[in-house]
Amino acid sequence: MIKEDIIKRLPYQKPFLFVDGIDAISENGITGYYRFKEDESFYEGHFKDHPITPGVILTECMAQIGLVCLGVFLLKDELSEATKPQIALTSHQMDFYLSVLPNEKVTVISEKEVFRFKKLKCKVKMLNEKGELVCRGTISGMIKV
Amino acid sequence: MTNDELITKLKAIIAPYVQDEKAFENLTEDTDFINDLKVNSANLVDIILDIEDEFSIRLENEDMEKMLDVKAAMLIINTKLNA
Repeated sequence: MIKEDIIKRLPYQKPFLFVDGIDAISENGITGYYRFKEDESFYEGHFKDHPITPGVILTECMAQIGLVCLGVFLLKDELSEATKPQIALTSHQMDFYLSVLPNEKVTVISEKEVFRFKKLKCKVKMLNEKGELVCRGTISGMIKV
Repeated sequence: MTNDELITKLKAIIAPYVQDEKAFENLTEDTDFINDLKVNSANLVDIILDIEDEFSIRLENEDMEKMLDVKAAMLIINTKLNA
C-alpha cells in the first residue's frame, strides 16, 4: 500500500483532516507531517486576537497520523476499495511542552505498543520544524474494517 | 486454583476499568463486563491482556468473543490452564 493510498482512505476531510503526508511507515510505527494553515477555522476563537493551535487539535493530529494512518496500514490486507475502516478514540494521555502557531509544520512520530483484538495503542510524539518536542503521550483506539 | 481464588484474581484485574462501582461490589459469576460493569471495548481488551499476563496464557480472537461475563472468563482461563 503506498502512502498516498493511506491518506485517501482516511475518513476525514477539510476542515478536520490533519495529515499532509507520510514520511515513513512500517508494521512498527509511522512518521508523518502536517502544516497548520493560517485560515484553520479554530484560530478565529482560540484565542481572541491571538491564534494558537489548541491542544485538542494537536492531539487529533497525532491520533490521525499516529493511530489512524498506521491502523489503515496494519489493516491493509483486509481493506478493499469499498470498505472503510471504522475507528474510535478510546483514551489518550498527553503532555504539552511548546505551542504551535499558524503556518507551523509539525512532524508526528508514533511507535506501536499493542495491536491486538482491534485495539491499537501507540506512543506518540510531535516535533516542530526545529526538531523541538511539542508534545508526547499515549493514544489508544479501536480500529476495524 | 479454587473458584474463589480465581474470582479474587479476576476482580483485581477488572477493578481499574470498571465504570459501575456498585455492580462491581456485587460482582457474581453472572456479571457481564459490558452491560453490568460498563467497561468500554478498549478496556475489555486491556482486561484480556492483563489476564494473559496474570495467568501466563495466550488468548485468541474466539476467546475474546466468548469472554463476555465473569463465568465465561473463568471457564476460558481454567481451560487454558489445564490444557
